[in-house]
Amino acid sequence: MKSSVIVFPGSNCDRDVAVALEKFQIKNQMVWHDEINLPKSDLVVLPGGFSYGDYLRTGCIASKSRIINDVIKHAKNGGLVLGICNGFQILIETGLLSGVLLRNKKLRFLSKNVFLKVINVDNKFCLNYKKKDIIELPIAHNEGNYFASKEQIKKLEDKNLVAFKYCSEKGNINKSTNPNGSSNNIAGILNDQKNILGIMPHPERLIDPLLAGEDGSLMFKSLIKSL
Amino acid sequence: MKITPEIIDKHGIKPEEYKKIISLIEKKPNLLELGIFSAMWNEHCSYKSSKKYLKTLPTKNKKVIQGPGENAGVIDIEDNDAIVFKIESHNHPSFIEPYQGAATGVGGILRDVFTMGARPIATLNSIHFGSHEHPKTKNLLNGVVSGIGGYGNCMGIPTVGGEVKFDSSYNENILVNAMAVGLVKKNKIFYSKAKGTDQPVIYVGSKTGRDGIHGASMASAEFDKNAEAKKPTVQVGDPFTEKLLLEACLELMKDDSIISIQDMGAAGLTSSSVEMASKGNLGIEINLNKIPCREDKMTPYEMMLSESQERMLLILNSEKVENAKKIFIKWGLDFSVIGKTTNTKNLVLNFDGEEVANLPVNSLSNNVPIYDRKWKKNVTSIKKNLQIDFKSFKILESLKKILMSPNNAEKSWVWEQYDHTVMGDTIQKPGGDSAVIRIHGKNKGIAITVDSSAHYCLANPVAGGKQIVSEAWRNLISVGASPIAITNCLNFGNPEKDKIMGQFVECIDGISQACTYLDFPVVSGNVSFYNETQNKAILPTPTIGGVGLLKNLNTMMTKNIKEVGSYILVIGKTLGHLHQSEFLIEVVGIKDGPPPEVNLFNEKNNGLLVQALISKKLLNSVHDISSGGILIALSEMCISGNIGAKIKIPNDKIRPHEYLFGEDQSRYLIEVNEKNKNEVYKILEKNSIFYEMLGKTQKDSLVLDKEFNIKLNNLNKLNSFWFRNYFKEN
Repeated sequence: MKSSVIVFPGSNCDRDVAVALEKFQIKNQMVWHDEINLPKSDLVVLPGGFSYGDYLRTGCIASKSRIINDVIKHAKNGGLVLGICNGFQILIETGLLSGVLLRNKKLRFLSKNVFLKVINVDNKFCLNYKKKDIIELPIAHNEGNYFASKEQIKKLEDKNLVAFKYCSEKGNINKSTNPNGSSNNIAGILNDQKNILGIMPHPERLIDPLLAGEDGSLMFKSLIKSL
Repeated sequence: MKITPEIIDKHGIKPEEYKKIISLIEKKPNLLELGIFSAMWNEHCSYKSSKKYLKTLPTKNKKVIQGPGENAGVIDIEDNDAIVFKIESHNHPSFIEPYQGAATGVGGILRDVFTMGARPIATLNSIHFGSHEHPKTKNLLNGVVSGIGGYGNCMGIPTVGGEVKFDSSYNENILVNAMAVGLVKKNKIFYSKAKGTDQPVIYVGSKTGRDGIHGASMASAEFDKNAEAKKPTVQVGDPFTEKLLLEACLELMKDDSIISIQDMGAAGLTSSSVEMASKGNLGIEINLNKIPCREDKMTPYEMMLSESQERMLLILNSEKVENAKKIFIKWGLDFSVIGKTTNTKNLVLNFDGEEVANLPVNSLSNNVPIYDRKWKKNVTSIKKNLQIDFKSFKILESLKKILMSPNNAEKSWVWEQYDHTVMGDTIQKPGGDSAVIRIHGKNKGIAITVDSSAHYCLANPVAGGKQIVSEAWRNLISVGASPIAITNCLNFGNPEKDKIMGQFVECIDGISQACTYLDFPVVSGNVSFYNETQNKAILPTPTIGGVGLLKNLNTMMTKNIKEVGSYILVIGKTLGHLHQSEFLIEVVGIKDGPPPEVNLFNEKNNGLLVQALISKKLLNSVHDISSGGILIALSEMCISGNIGAKIKIPNDKIRPHEYLFGEDQSRYLIEVNEKNKNEVYKILEKNSIFYEMLGKTQKDSLVLDKEFNIKLNNLNKLNSFWFRNYFKEN
């Protein structure tokens, strides 16, 4: 399996995700934002960070970068795209995923481990999870408060396009287990064809027992399995 | 413009200093030259009041590669890896503009680290605020925390530890001390010493604006009533540009293009060019028309004194300039050849075809006046028998009060605003005795801690100085590391007052004693004087940042209790020292008396023994006993492990309050399971280490025999109450 991690000026989880991909024997290359052509890849990762300093609006300038046209083409041809944190924000700005990511409800940056319930396992990112699994991953963001119109949310739920929801250790999904104010506790969503995943939590940060968990590993193992 | 006594005074230069300037340069300085002197000769840049004493600190051991005098200190952690680290203050700007002040404090210390070729792998901070009831505190705390987070988070460098303290002495003078730690290959360290004449001098990074002009001079004077009016002297940070600068510099550092590199920090272009030239015993000639400026019509004076952020000065091999330029253009940064090195040993500045300044480099650096300031020995009050009716302070109520006090409350409200897991190597997160960061791709790591004990230092600066170094050492031991070296940030009031100078001199004495005995030298640091407003000084607050090595991460230790039915032992002797303790200050309201004394022999002995027990994998958990005493330390272990304990005071020669809340030094709490108990006892006996059995761990609640029984849930709630309540987030 071949992956490309897009590096924007201000990306800062590009190395972390490359380490994770390589750990699971995915052949990865780093692609600079100024390139025009995306090298042949099965998976494109838009990493976390502060692309273009988060100026204007998070993810906005990256969504107009040179490389992004080829990323969109890759996605529309059914190629896999994973957007983590700022990568999710970029996917939203390109229109590949619906909705918006607002500032966290408490208006401050939030870095902590959270529990997630796996809602959709019928996609190539989540093959190794079981439906309703409760996993633990870190979040680290200022704008992760997912918002969309009632109709859009209903569509996401009806079509089973919500991949992960914030929950308690025991799996309860409610206001008190919602770290950032997201509608319906949404932490990650898929597109209609389920080849694009955007998530706020960082799977690449929990791939090692020394880091107190391996729940992130399962996503990378799923990707390998999918081919 | 005629240089009048008023102008000289406005530049913070004393009349006798002005005379010295004239005799050194053999002419009257023009305004630009005077400005350059004020930037170089102020306390912040010149260390003129502190140099005499800083020289007495131990700065070497087998692991030290670079001690004080460079951008940061460097230590050897084996396998060709080295750690670069330093702590620095950004107190004055943070009080005036908390977000930008704190943010640029982080930015500045990060540049110090990557200037030396190291990739920053962690930052920490020590922040002190006024009383929580003071009207400014909430805004300052909020601003500083979001500023630190705003910068570090965007840079993608984890903020992994620190401390937050409150005391009314900081009401009008908060402290923001930021520490950065970087990793470099031992054979790829970069220094600031210029070499060779006619080599190109290059400016890279952000453009120069009018921000931060005279910032360093501001930090070298007391505040008066109009501190707010000094806002324009505060720098404005852009972490995005710094991230680009970091990547561009590290990319350029892969080969041997760079001869010398220096970041533009305090006193900007002035101090960076002077330092490089001075260390290389060379001159520098700069054409100011080549400086990339953010604003129109900037004068030479403004360019030389601006403290705009995210800028670096490089001296490159002349044949590598084109290649270097490509790298900086790729990262979207300015790159401008602004001058060259010369053999004149003078700093020469040209603007619009005219020479606008010409000063001997030595007059700005080596000939800075050094003061032997008057100082007064501090009087430490003698330990009196405490006249307290202990019965009126119930133990459980006292425990609750301490756990709920702002200084002892759990601080996740703060560190959850800092990205502490980016880079994927944070093995021990904030909240433990030390943070532990893995060396990327290896099974070894470093432990890092930041500590201060201002109350102890006020009560007795020598004992206080000894204590903080020892506490930093103990914190590193507690996670299983071998302590290597420290960096220090010395925050004090006005050194022109003999009492303040006395606090400084005596703290240094204490620090020096402990560093020497523990083989824990000082490799970098900074001094921040004039932390005074309207004649009121802060508590003497030396902050110590310590670094240690964990050769094998599998033996790393944490403080959370691991298993029910194991034993809790106190290592080290408890004498029940209550003066200057959290119990007396927070619960009883008594602030006088001497701080606990550190017996360095016991410190080392107990510490090395605990370290040995950890490396033999005989312990479940370890926590050092510091402010609050045994009962606070145990509560923290229970809360973090979500396992309780039942304890009984093993000593009837002192009163229960003294045993449980006393702050005697050099002590640890250790958790040992049934299986390892006898082996641990044997080792303790064999090494004549004093220990006491405190009790056993159990489910759900903390119990003191015949006194109280409290559920862990409640303990946890009390401990995590204060910050969220203060910011109305409950």
